[in-house]
Amino acid sequence: MILSYLKFVYKRYSSSYFGCSVENQDNELLAVEIIHRYVELLDKYFGNVCEPDIIFNFEKADFILDEFILGGEIQETSKNLPLSLFLMHLQSLPAT
Amino acid sequence: MVLQSLKLPELIQEIRGAKTQAQEREVIQKECAHIRAAFREGDAPQRHRQLAKLLYVHMLGYPAHFGQMECLKLIASPRFTDKRVGYLGAMLLLDERQDAHLLITNSIKNDLSQGIQPVQGLALCTLSTMGSAEMCRDLASEVERLLLRPSPYIRKKAVLAAVHMIRKVPELSDIFLPPCTQLLHERHHGILLGTITLITELCEQSPAALTHFRQVVPQLVQILRTLVMSGYSAEHSVSGISDPFLQVQVLRLLRILGRNHEESSEAMNDMLAQVATNTDTSRNAGNAVLYETVLTIVDIRSASGLRVLAVNILGRFLLNSDKNIRYVALTSLLRLVQSDHSAVQRHRPTVVECLREPDASLSRRALELSLALVNSSNIRSMTQELQGFLVSCPVDLRADCASGILLAAERFAPTKRWHIDTIMQVLTTAGAHVRDDAVANLTQLIGGAEELHAYSVRQLYSALAADISQQPLVQVAAWCIGEYGDLLLSGSCEETEPLQVQEEEVLTLLENVLQSHLSLPATRGFALTALMKLSTRFQGDNNRIRQIVSIYGSCLDIELQQRAVEYNALFRKYDHMRSAVLEKMPLVEHGESQDDEPREGKEEPWNPNKEVQSHPEPPASNLLDLLDLLDSANGDAPPSPALDLTPEDSLLHLLDLPSTVPTLAPIPGLKVFDREGLQMNLSFVRPPETPALLLITATATNTSKSDVTHFVCQAAVPKSFQLQLQIPSGNTVPAQGGPPITQVLRVFNPSKAPLRMRLRLTYNHFGQSVQETFEVKDFPLETWQ
Repeated sequence: MILSYLKFVYKRYSSSYFGCSVENQDNELLAVEIIHRYVELLDKYFGNVCEPDIIFNFEKADFILDEFILGGEIQETSKNLPLSLFLMHLQSLPAT
Repeated sequence: MVLQSLKLPELIQEIRGAKTQAQEREVIQKECAHIRAAFREGDAPQRHRQLAKLLYVHMLGYPAHFGQMECLKLIASPRFTDKRVGYLGAMLLLDERQDAHLLITNSIKNDLSQGIQPVQGLALCTLSTMGSAEMCRDLASEVERLLLRPSPYIRKKAVLAAVHMIRKVPELSDIFLPPCTQLLHERHHGILLGTITLITELCEQSPAALTHFRQVVPQLVQILRTLVMSGYSAEHSVSGISDPFLQVQVLRLLRILGRNHEESSEAMNDMLAQVATNTDTSRNAGNAVLYETVLTIVDIRSASGLRVLAVNILGRFLLNSDKNIRYVALTSLLRLVQSDHSAVQRHRPTVVECLREPDASLSRRALELSLALVNSSNIRSMTQELQGFLVSCPVDLRADCASGILLAAERFAPTKRWHIDTIMQVLTTAGAHVRDDAVANLTQLIGGAEELHAYSVRQLYSALAADISQQPLVQVAAWCIGEYGDLLLSGSCEETEPLQVQEEEVLTLLENVLQSHLSLPATRGFALTALMKLSTRFQGDNNRIRQIVSIYGSCLDIELQQRAVEYNALFRKYDHMRSAVLEKMPLVEHGESQDDEPREGKEEPWNPNKEVQSHPEPPASNLLDLLDLLDSANGDAPPSPALDLTPEDSLLHLLDLPSTVPTLAPIPGLKVFDREGLQMNLSFVRPPETPALLLITATATNTSKSDVTHFVCQAAVPKSFQLQLQIPSGNTVPAQGGPPITQVLRVFNPSKAPLRMRLRLTYNHFGQSVQETFEVKDFPLETWQ
């Protein structure tokens, strides 16, 4: 799907859709890969992720995303690093 | 009654359990009230929970602005959990448009300098997501410092924060340029990726940076080589491709660096070829890399062999079963078709295959590409394919397809006959969707192809006999039959089977067209004119034609009525001129203004402003246009008072159209009445075309101090005259020169007798009712001679 300056790419996983919008010159096939990687990360954390998982833990999903993508660009391409970092923060120090 | 405030999971569950929108809103409103109360009380330990609830509500679309200050408080708190939710809230709720967003600058600054990695990470994250220009300027130096820190975690985030900053504040690029070269040596993929993105952004923004970074092309090529050759790294690979994200990013940067630059392009040629050939294309990740490679090859100054390789890859994509890949391939081929035409041509059959896609967006792209690929050598087969497509394609594509076929036919038609055939076929299948000038084009084409007159008229007749619903086809067919009806009857034509057509059949067909409710008014006009032309072409009796024509003399459609009445007049009074008027049309040059002289002896040039291309229309429409010219008073060449004009203009008069009548030298007016400030003047107009008619305009003006009301004017004339009074403009003349009353009187004086008139005026003036009768005898000579 194409708007004038943005493209919308989505991937369907049984009942849910994950979408992201990319600029016109970005690689759409890569966007599909990005979506897939993110879903993989969620899957690893939640263990066979399903929709309610994401809904009830939306802030965690957001934090995982923050380890994967930053400011619109991919931050970390390794499969395990985002997750391990996130888990590290979960147990992180509460005070200075 | 105070309800216990819900925990986040419970809240979510309740909201999801709500059966109606109203219920949901209720739950949310109750909860928001709690949250607001909690914020007011300043309950520190629970604050982050409240904010989390608020964020959920915000995601559903409800207003959550009252949480903004809470975000700030949470960010400032020393606890990590607080900070986390606070920053998340900041990212979701605070954006550049909110006034409060600048307030977190200080908090971010503190957090950045603290040295605790997770906290720094949070701060950088927030900065990258919603940092406004002012914030970026303030914090640029902080971020720059962090670029050099030992921890890869922080450096990775700092680099991307730098990317965001440069996007917001381009001037900051000077700060971030120097560290880049050093960062390129990193091994950590995340940092590398970030650095490459940063360099890409820098190069896109400033040509100076572009030149500066050209020197790193070898390094980038090296990185790519390591990725591709060094094989499997379980951590980074996606279905066998090592770190496709990084590969794609490197390729993009190479593309930007190599654009328009011979040297850099040469350096990357080999690598690109290697990537293109070695990448595994069985999974989407490989295809993504390949796609990026193709884009890069196309954009830089690559060797022609490489370009052909790229096009071939795209061709292979077209055969892939995955729709996404085919879509991507079609889009890219569309971009390439101008520059690498011959290479794309090789894949024409595949493209044509894609026309048959059920998916609409794919078939649309395939259509565009196919139309772009048509040339003189493949026109016949392509047209066949496209016409097949036209029959089955979805409605919204029909117009494009039809006009595409017609355009291609125009440019590459091998023979005139083929061209006519093609247009006819398009009209038959998709007549309703063609552009308006297709009809005109076809008529002109046929008119120009002398040798094909008989053939075309036959084909059109058969098509018309089969189906009278497609309007453009009917119009063309009607015109053709009208022009070349005699050829239709003659019965011999080498190119088609002999077709015995009787006059009666033709007339019946045209009559059907006239009467069908499917026909547009324009089509009916065509048909009527065609009938008229047949009256000279056919040898038989004209009675039937005359009958039809006279029926339409009382049609409700004004245009048809005009035509019918004119034709009637042609039959009745001007029969001797009929054959001259209805002669065959000469060929018209495309787009020139045309003189009607050979046909009708008028000196009317076409008005070239009317249409961009003046197309030949049936001769009778010239009469119509003449009337239109008179009607609209365009200021076009006024009709010279030749004899030919008289019938039409008397018709004009009879039909009583609201036309402006051109005047001769003005006849002097006459003042007939003046009493106590009330004056009546008569002014005269004698239209030159109707010498027996005199139009008198009676104007009543009032210069007195009192209004004239209930003003009625009656008139009588001797028996040899005919008089018609039209409705006056009003019956009150306000005092002191207010707007006058005007009334038009029409006097018909065929015997040219001296004009006399008796006028009676009744009105109220100065509170009294007045009645005045008087006779007017001294009309100017010009009014009745």
